[in-house]
Amino acid sequence: MALLDEAEKWIAVVTNECPNGRYPSVARFHPPALRFERAARDLFGLASVGLPDVRPWLDHGRWGVVHPLNPAAASEGPVARSYAFLPAEGEGLHQIPVGPVHAGIIEPGHFRFAAAGETIVRLEERLGYTHKGVEGLMIGKPLAEAAKLAGRISGDSTVAYAYAFARAVEAATGCEPPPRAVWLRALMAELERLANHLGDIGAICNDASFALMQAHCAVLRERVLRAADHCFSHRLMMDRVVPGGVMVDLSPEGASEIRALVDFVCEAFPRLVTLYDSTASLQDRTVGAGCLNRELARQYACGGYVGRASGRGFDVRKDLAYPPYEALTFVSPTLDEGDVNARVWIRIREVEQSLSLIGAIVDRAPAGPVRVEPAAVAGEGVALVEGFRGDVLAWVRLDEAGRISRCHIRDPSWLQWPLLEAAIGGNIVADFPLCNKSFNCSYSGHDL
Amino acid sequence: MRTTLLNSLLKRPLTEPAPPADDPEIAGFAAKLERTARSTLGRSLSIRLVDAGSCNGCELEIQALGNPYYDLERFGLRFVASPRHADVLLVTGPVTKNMSEALLRTYQAIPAPKWVVAAGGCALDGGLFAGGYACVGGVSAVIPVDLHIPGCPPSPLGILKGLLALLRSANLNPE
Repeated sequence: MALLDEAEKWIAVVTNECPNGRYPSVARFHPPALRFERAARDLFGLASVGLPDVRPWLDHGRWGVVHPLNPAAASEGPVARSYAFLPAEGEGLHQIPVGPVHAGIIEPGHFRFAAAGETIVRLEERLGYTHKGVEGLMIGKPLAEAAKLAGRISGDSTVAYAYAFARAVEAATGCEPPPRAVWLRALMAELERLANHLGDIGAICNDASFALMQAHCAVLRERVLRAADHCFSHRLMMDRVVPGGVMVDLSPEGASEIRALVDFVCEAFPRLVTLYDSTASLQDRTVGAGCLNRELARQYACGGYVGRASGRGFDVRKDLAYPPYEALTFVSPTLDEGDVNARVWIRIREVEQSLSLIGAIVDRAPAGPVRVEPAAVAGEGVALVEGFRGDVLAWVRLDEAGRISRCHIRDPSWLQWPLLEAAIGGNIVADFPLCNKSFNCSYSGHDL
Repeated sequence: MRTTLLNSLLKRPLTEPAPPADDPEIAGFAAKLERTARSTLGRSLSIRLVDAGSCNGCELEIQALGNPYYDLERFGLRFVASPRHADVLLVTGPVTKNMSEALLRTYQAIPAPKWVVAAGGCALDGGLFAGGYACVGGVSAVIPVDLHIPGCPPSPLGILKGLLALLRSANLNPE
């Protein structure tokens, strides 16, 4: 279990050997641990004593095996079980099941609404549809293959995942990546943040039926992806960050292309911000919708734009700064309103910050090699990296041959999905897509 | 808003030219197809996407098809919300066991004649996720596949060319 002391800016990993396959439930006292404990029970067969909700989470009864990651407890599993959703009772309440196949081009998950007329009384999520067994596949893999898997846990955050995985491996092996690689990683991470925020701002407005913003934001996003493709020969920059450095160096032509990109976005983006801010029909949808209160954001240690729009300013790049961010100047914006509008504004401010960071990184990146080979030694390491969605945590344990003995990567969505359930209560069913998009949690990153 | 609209009117469109009729990549896709859709469906295709456990990288590039650079709808291609309205099922991901029934049911909900396009390395054979306890490994393990578009993820242009191959002129690939 990883612990964070926010005031002291300190993280630790504690281990409980669970000799009898049991451990005392943390979720009993700290609800954010609930889904983690349900997932650990599904995957490892570890019994959490006092767990308030014993329904399976990732295991839908279809794997043909139960407790797949625990050789001692693994056994042939049952066929599909039914899942008991939490009850909602009252006069005139009705249920609306949605998913796992959704109407748009998005990932699969199931949402069960209990509604009174148009108003949502309770939303319950059921996830796990995209569970690919990544942790199991990681075991015994050499670093290069494991890094590829890490970069495909959530494709929109591929740089952040590969970055977190690489830093965890480097912490475990004592490997020091070359200075230029450290700066190029940050460059890719900021390009990824920029592309995703631009896409999200457009998509949120589109879900409020304002397609014009979507079209303009999609143009900017496409420009970022094309520049990434030219500079790093992959539009999403997959497999470019590896333990020991980066796979591709940035050429001088690439650097000028990125400068031109920054100029282009800096010129076009402010007009779109004005458009967002001055369209009353759009504001009518986003202001006051899907409010997440500060207390819940704090309790769930919610990261990224969801946390920052509800007053929790935690940003790994500042609070647990890793190179090169401690040498860069930027602000991590926060707001208190916690509504869809606040989450849009956090993204807008972060786009501006990323643009200035990208310019600074291209100008200041030192020359030199971009990759060293990590030593094949046993070790354990943990790292936190700020992805566009929030803090991605990676933990690895390596065997003597330098292969993965265990690896866990935690998506920020684990702590944001439960809050979507809270934020949507009292809103109308028709506003769910808008609120959901403003959270934009990862299904694949969560389901692992 | 008026300034934005006016500016857009005064600028040239960003849309990329359509791939030529004799594009080798489209011809390559078409050669692999046993039947093209045009003779049956004319110039329009309705597409339903199912993410069968992808990492969401493929979805990002499929969404990009709608941006002004690729402008999917100018080719008569459009994404529809219900499988009941679809001609083509576009599938991504290694098909997780938790999604296999939903994929099969979506396929069954599409009225015949129907085509299945599998996009991305995972959809071909499970890719990096093949061999685990949680994935079936490839779309063809669950439903018949007409066309596979490679790439991790496939580029928007690659996906577009695959879909155009389905639509391409019947006289290049007479049925």
